[in-house]
Amino acid sequence: MAAIAATRFGLGARPGEIEAAKADPRGFLLAQIRREGADVPQDDGESAGTRFEQMRAYQQQRRAERQKKDGEDDVKTAAQAFMNAQRDLREKVGADFLARARLGAATPAAFRERWTLFWANHFTVSATKQLTSVLIGPFEREALRPHVFGRFESLLVASSTHPAMLTYLDQAQSIGPNSRAAQFAARRRNAKAGLNENLAREILELHTVGVDAGYTQADVTEFARALTGFSLGREQEDRAGQFLFREQAHEPGARTILGRHYGEAGMAQGLAVLRDLAADRRTARRICGKIARHFVADVPPPSLVERLERRWLETGGDLAAVAKALVESPEAWDPAPAKFKTPYEYTLSTWRLIGAEPSAIERLAPILTSLGQKPFSAPSPKGWAEDAQTWAAPDALIKRMQWAQGFAAAVADRADPNALARSALGERLTSPVATAIARAETRREAFALLIMSPEFQRR
Amino acid sequence: MTAPLNRRTLLGLGASLGVSISFLGTQAFAASEGDLARKKLVVIICRGGMDGLSVSPPVGDANYAALRGSIALQRDQVQMLDETFGLHPELKTVYALAQKGQARIAPAIASPDRARSHFEAQDVLETGSAKVYGAETGWLNRTLEALAPVRKVEGLSVGTTAPLILRGKVQAASWSPGKLVDETARLPGLLQDLYKSDPLLGPAFARGLETEAMAETAMAGMAASGSMAAPDPARNRGGAETARKLGSTLGGFMTQAGGPQIAAVSLDGFDTHANQPGQIATRLSYMDAVLDGLQQGLGAEWKNTVVIAVTEFGRTARVNGTGGTDHGTASTGVILGGALKPGGIVGDWPGLADKALFENRDTAPTLDMRGLFKGVLADHLGVDRALLDRKVFPDSADVKPVAGLV
Repeated sequence: MAAIAATRFGLGARPGEIEAAKADPRGFLLAQIRREGADVPQDDGESAGTRFEQMRAYQQQRRAERQKKDGEDDVKTAAQAFMNAQRDLREKVGADFLARARLGAATPAAFRERWTLFWANHFTVSATKQLTSVLIGPFEREALRPHVFGRFESLLVASSTHPAMLTYLDQAQSIGPNSRAAQFAARRRNAKAGLNENLAREILELHTVGVDAGYTQADVTEFARALTGFSLGREQEDRAGQFLFREQAHEPGARTILGRHYGEAGMAQGLAVLRDLAADRRTARRICGKIARHFVADVPPPSLVERLERRWLETGGDLAAVAKALVESPEAWDPAPAKFKTPYEYTLSTWRLIGAEPSAIERLAPILTSLGQKPFSAPSPKGWAEDAQTWAAPDALIKRMQWAQGFAAAVADRADPNALARSALGERLTSPVATAIARAETRREAFALLIMSPEFQRR
Repeated sequence: MTAPLNRRTLLGLGASLGVSISFLGTQAFAASEGDLARKKLVVIICRGGMDGLSVSPPVGDANYAALRGSIALQRDQVQMLDETFGLHPELKTVYALAQKGQARIAPAIASPDRARSHFEAQDVLETGSAKVYGAETGWLNRTLEALAPVRKVEGLSVGTTAPLILRGKVQAASWSPGKLVDETARLPGLLQDLYKSDPLLGPAFARGLETEAMAETAMAGMAASGSMAAPDPARNRGGAETARKLGSTLGGFMTQAGGPQIAAVSLDGFDTHANQPGQIATRLSYMDAVLDGLQQGLGAEWKNTVVIAVTEFGRTARVNGTGGTDHGTASTGVILGGALKPGGIVGDWPGLADKALFENRDTAPTLDMRGLFKGVLADHLGVDRALLDRKVFPDSADVKPVAGLV
């Protein structure tokens, strides 16, 4: 069970981890659940507000640069400054990702980190939007990590009011058609002032009740109206790049969403809807199913989902209690490993195996990109797939093998592969794999066999 | 940046543009199959909800300009197809083909799904089912399954992961560029041994090794065209150039003896909720470049080819508050190829009058896209009608194949 604690619930065993979990595998995991939330990566600590201003400054530079004509004296200098600014921003996004990966590779509380990664994927924001890209690190640090063992409602509200989500799903500019802001825009003939329903739809579909909950287009539109005003400060305003409720953009009036009446005014209306969605049984069922699929199996035992759901409903969505229920569920400890590691999980677990952390983004980003999981770049708000069908494709296995050979060449000469196999897999090490490693011609070959073995690639 | 463009940087850049290519191949046809063995089908999935009213703006529709407001295109900005429809200015290849009768639009096409959810609608599009979760495999994969009794079929996808439309019983291999497998190393053989009794890793790994070999040949044509400067994906022109190369590479795969007969291309980035005009122009320029490259790569085989470009749903007829459009219903499908018969629009145009809009909001669907797929599979690839109704598109007997396209 200690090996399952470290590999299925955690991010792969570091040297000594299975040993440490041996006496009480469940207790080892339960001790990682804590009210104050997840660990914080050692990044530069810049807030979303600071990053927002940096990005806006860069975007202004870019506009200025584009307006300049060739032949002007300062064109070269401006172009250089603009390229430097672009590089700085890109490097910040890379540094955020590296800091998170280093935390994942080094932490002794890897269940806590995996639990956090689950929520980061549930509330996906992606670098596919430039402005959002610099806000992802701050989003995880500010909106997710403090709340992952709190109430789901807190997490939902924090996510739905964070600048990263507000920009990623276009909420920041959404304006109620009958709001004062819209009337003002109409007088100025600003055609670009009105409702945007993207965030409202994805909260319903992806973050809470799910697409089969039976809501209608009218529910989506009404919810989008309730959320109008959820925005962020512009660059010259006091709360630049921070959450700001714009009263004047809020659509006035009461509304009905999923059969419930919302008579609140202003920001209280959107928050009331979020509260009800968080408390909805369909949200509990859907997310507990996702937790079970993430941790245990692509098709998890229904009894496990029911167990989690019961705890969720009994505790009003207390995520610490749900995490505890997961650890205590017998179904989660099935000795057969049913989950195939995603590229991020796989690469982190190879670093954990040797007790090291990735030292530079250049060591990490290329392999993740070529395995189909480019850093911070989930293809849609639905986040990354987590099933074996997606990640165990023929080409992906060839790529893993090639990477395993390179990684082995870099690190294997200093290690005893037989000992590593035992420390990484404990009782999960099968005799064919142990034999293959023992018979390998070189340490490198042995190391590559270990990290390409069926049991190392699964959890 | 002037590094030579090799196959690795090429598809790597493709990934960063949101363009990926996958295909299923058929191999070793019986001699009696004759012409059918040469027929090729490429399905382009435009992900994110492509705005049909931007692809083929109905500038001749009396209600178009008012609905679209700030993002409406003017008659003199578009390439006119007939009195009603133009083509987006970036779709130059499509327009040139249309002039030759080798491109047609279906301006009000939709999947049977009405939920306006990307993920549900893409599932329905790719599984070919009438409802979400109605099938677990892709309709292109089931097409090969349906053909299997007459032809030996084989699947291959390029890209690290295969899209749902290609997944199913016929195992799709997958390939994307990387370092070559060192054939002298013992590792691949040792791993095959370790995976022998693993139902997931065993077959996938074996297929991966086979595919590496084939890929070398497929890319040879590209290498012969010489190295070029790696394009800057931040710039539209460079991005289009990469997309063009991907298209011609795909053509190179498909013209090989034993190469794939069926391919799928994914184009991401069509979810234009805000500031739509610039975004969609970039994405359509990529689509146009893929088509241009594909046509070049296929060479003489273009005459045996049909390409269908569709999206999971269209977008709202009215511009929204942020210079974009929200999730809608019907969109434009584009049908192209040297095998196509000339003709006007495919399906009816419901018009954009308020009353004609679906739920007073979206272009109303007049054509079920399964009908288009069925028509092409029946007439172009010779798939049996009963199999189309029951197996490839389950419970779809009431959806008539669109006749007379090829």
